Parts: sequence; C-alpha cells; structure tokens
Amino acid sequence: MKEETKNTVINIQDLHKGFGENKVLNGFNLQLLEGENLVLMGKSGSGKSVMIKCLVGLMEPDSGKVEVLGREISTMKRQELDELRADIGFLFQGSALYDSMTVRENLEFPLRRHTHKFDLENTDELVLEALNNVGLPHTINMMPAELSGGMQRRVALARALILKPKIIFYDEPTTGLDPITAKEIILLMLDIQKKYKTSSLIITHDVDCARVISNRMILLLDGINYAEGSFEELSASKDPKVMAFFK
Amino acid sequence: MDGNYSFRKNLSAFFIEIGELTGFAGRFFQELFSRPFEFREFLRQSYNMGNKSMLLVGVTGFILGLVFTLQSRPTLMEFGAVSWMPSMISISIVREIGPVVIALILAGRIGSGIGAELGSMKVTEQIDAMEVSGTNPFKFLVVTRILATTLMIPILVILGDFIALLGSALVENLKGNVSFTLYFNQVFNTLEFSDLFPATIKTFFFGFAIGLVGCFKGYNSKKGTAGVGKASNSAVVFTSMLLFIIDFIAVFITDIFYP
Ligand SMILES: Nc1ncnc2c1ncn2[C@@H]1O[C@H](COP(=O)(O)OP(=O)(O)O)[C@@H](O)[C@H]1O
Ligand SMILES: [Mg+2]
Repeated sequence: MKEETKNTVINIQDLHKGFGENKVLNGFNLQLLEGENLVLMGKSGSGKSVMIKCLVGLMEPDSGKVEVLGREISTMKRQELDELRADIGFLFQGSALYDSMTVRENLEFPLRRHTHKFDLENTDELVLEALNNVGLPHTINMMPAELSGGMQRRVALARALILKPKIIFYDEPTTGLDPITAKEIILLMLDIQKKYKTSSLIITHDVDCARVISNRMILLLDGINYAEGSFEELSASKDPKVMAFFK
Repeated sequence: MDGNYSFRKNLSAFFIEIGELTGFAGRFFQELFSRPFEFREFLRQSYNMGNKSMLLVGVTGFILGLVFTLQSRPTLMEFGAVSWMPSMISISIVREIGPVVIALILAGRIGSGIGAELGSMKVTEQIDAMEVSGTNPFKFLVVTRILATTLMIPILVILGDFIALLGSALVENLKGNVSFTLYFNQVFNTLEFSDLFPATIKTFFFGFAIGLVGCFKGYNSKKGTAGVGKASNSAVVFTSMLLFIIDFIAVFITDIFYP
C-alpha cells in the first residue's frame, strides 16, 4: 500500500479513558499520516474531545499508547510537552479566544509563550500574516466580543496557525456556524492545508465538511474506532450503525 | 429525619470542600516558588483590582464612618463622654469594623469577579487554550490573582479605614464643633502599634482567602453557564464565612499577644 511510505505523525493504540463509571474510550486506535486530512466522526458526547485532549496532554489516559511526532505523551516532562505543543495547532470547539485580550494579544500569546521557537522582534509581522491568511487584518485591535461567531472562529484559526504547526487539530470547526460561514471555514482549512502542508485531524459531525475535506475517515462509536475508510467507502456502507452517520 | 440527613450531607460536603481547598492552596505555594513568575500579569491584576474597587471602598468607608458616629453620639452624650468619640471610633474602625466590612464588600466585588472570570474561561476552554500555548494556566491565572488580592485587599482596607475616619470627623465637625486637626490628633494619640499591626496582618489573610476561594471556585467550575454563575455565587458565600472564621482566629491570637 502506498500509505506505508508516509510517516505516521500520530499513533494512538488501545486508548482507554473514563470518568468514574462513565467509560468514554474503550480501546480506541488511530493513526494520522503526514500531510493527510483525517476526519473523525462521532455523536455528541461520544468522546471526540476527550480523545483529542489526550493527544496534547490536557487529559491523562487511563491506559494505552499515545504518540505524537514519534514521542510518547505520558512520559514527557512539562517542558518537553510545551516544546512539542509548539508544533501542534489546536482549534477549540467554541473558538476559545481570550476574551480579556484584543485580537492582536490573542495571536501574540502563543508567540510570546513559545519563545524557544520564535524571537519576539517580528511578532507584528507574524500576527498580520496570520490574520491575512484568514482575511481579517482589520480586526487586529478589536476585542473578541466585537466579532461575529464566524469571525471569532477565523481568528481562532489564525491563532492556531501562528506557530506554523506541523499538525493541526480541529475540534468541530463548523459547529455553531451558519452553513455559508461553515463553508468558508472549510475552504479556509483547505487553503491552509495546501499552503503549509500540515497534517490535520478534524473532528466533526458535519457530513458536508467531512465530504469536502477528508482523505480518510474514522467513525467513533461506543468508545472504539468502529469503522475506517474513505468518505465514499463509508457512505456506501450497508452497516446500519455506519449509515446513521450519513443521514 | 430528612432535614437531619440533608444537614449531615451538607456538613460532609463542607469538609470535603475544605480538603480540596487546602489542596488548591498547597498547589499555589508549590507553583509560587517555581519559575518563571508572571510579573506582568500580577501587576495588571493588582492594578485592575485597585482601580475597580477604589470608589466602592471609598463610598462604603465614608458612609460607615458617618453612620457609626451618628449612631454612637446619643449614647456617648448620655455619659458625657462625647469627647472620646475619635478614640472610640478609630479603635473600632481600625481593629474590627473596617477590615471586616471592607473585606466582605470586596469578597462580593473581587472574589465573585474572579470566580466568574475563571469559570467562564474554564467552560469556554480558554484555560485549555493557554495550556497548549506553552503556558501554565495555574501560574498565569491563579498564582497572579491570589497574590494580587493578598496585596491589594490590605491596601484597600487601609484606604477604607482612612475614609471612614474622614466621615466620622465630618460628623464631629458639624455636630460637635471638633476641628479635623483636633479629631485626627486624638486618633493618632489613641492608635497604637498593637491596634494597627494585628489588624493589618489580618487583612493579608482576608485578601489571601478572597483570592484563593474565587480562583478555586472558578478554576473547578462545572460545564455550562449555570456552572459559571454557581462558581461566582458560591465564591462569595464561602469567602464570607471564611472571613469570619479568620477574623475569629485573628482576634483570639491578638488577645493572647496583646491582652
Ligand atoms: N472533565 C470531565 N469530567 C467528567 N466527564 C467528562 C469530562 N470531559 C468529558 N466528560 C464526559 O466524557 C464524555 C465525552 O465528552 P466529549 O469528549 O466532550 O464529547 P464529544 O464527542 O461531544 O466531544 C461525555 O459523557 C462527558 O460528559
Ligand atoms: Mg467535543
């Protein structure tokens, strides 16, 4: 198979994670290959966000292997983890812009924090470049509360990209947006993918988004990777549980 | 029966909460001494707290002094002791009423603000976003805020005390023909180190408690906007109770050292 020549940037094996009685992930597996757009679909509350948080060390798995860029997350010290995180962009479910800071300060935040990756001389340039990428250079001095939901999502995207990450995680990038704005965000994601050659893991339950953006898909059901394949393969499946996702 | 059960449940929830709060305080001290210190954020927080509460403290303090003096006048007159007014007022304001009233007001202003702010940051994943941006959110958000309240509440209490005495002096000036100079001369003759020192130490603990509980409630806030409201509200309730407990302990200890 031709995929085997590509590097694996993320490797999750037999991941278990629960909260007390609530067993959310029960032996979940996932591999993300370099340069690929992998879409993860799952119902609300099925543990998609939990999975992605285990990937960046925001949550600790109960058991299982979680490797990012060839390194096991659970054995890393705080500083090593911070260095790794500079190579990862994260678009949060509700944008998660810092609402006490301006757009500029929001974008500067990761730059000032990951000082080992950038010097602070040219933050202005980088901030403007990132805002141009999402078509919002004029919002630089505005507060997040002054922006519409779609604009907030774009600024959040700019913030996720500002460190030129090797991998980007999108947690429901189109949820809560109207269909037109959602489409704009999807096109923006494709642009960015082409421009920076990132590997992306996209969490969504938006079928349109999955169709346009995915090279490959995984369905999360009952805490495991229930089905895998291309959009065409999965949407043609005769399994009623799989078919339910494409209604 | 039912009431008894719910009382016991509340009581055990209270002690569990105290345990968690102690753990949170432990983490504060642990992270306080690890580098780097977020100095800019600490200054920003201190400035904001002072700026946002100054007017409130001023108005409350002024009215407190005014009302307290007006209410005490008839009784002191009866005993022919109205000339003791500055001494009596300054002792009670500086030792007890000023710190407790101002701290309670600030628990409502600053403590609930911290609870709501951190709560909404938690719920909207801003705290997670900070963490993946190479920042320790506990140091950046919690340590700086607790230090800021620990520093600012004593300053605001001193300001409030002073304005309360101004209010009191105004009443004496209008009603008793006591000049401001005479009033404050008597205040400074009365107040001793043993009045000022324990009272000021106490307010550092008040400030610490306000910041600690506000951060604790916000940082551990539950999902949803209801969680944020609850964080902010219970921060005030819990802090207020804690302030009285601290005050009780402080008075007790002061009594041992300055009987
Ligand atoms: N911090 C937490 N504490 C307890 N339970 C949690 C926590 N985070 C998520 N959960 C639970 O894990 C399950 C999956 O949540 P999540 O991953 O957010 O779902 P989604 O697939 O919609 O992103 C839900 O049942 C949720 O209640
Ligand atoms: Mg989610």
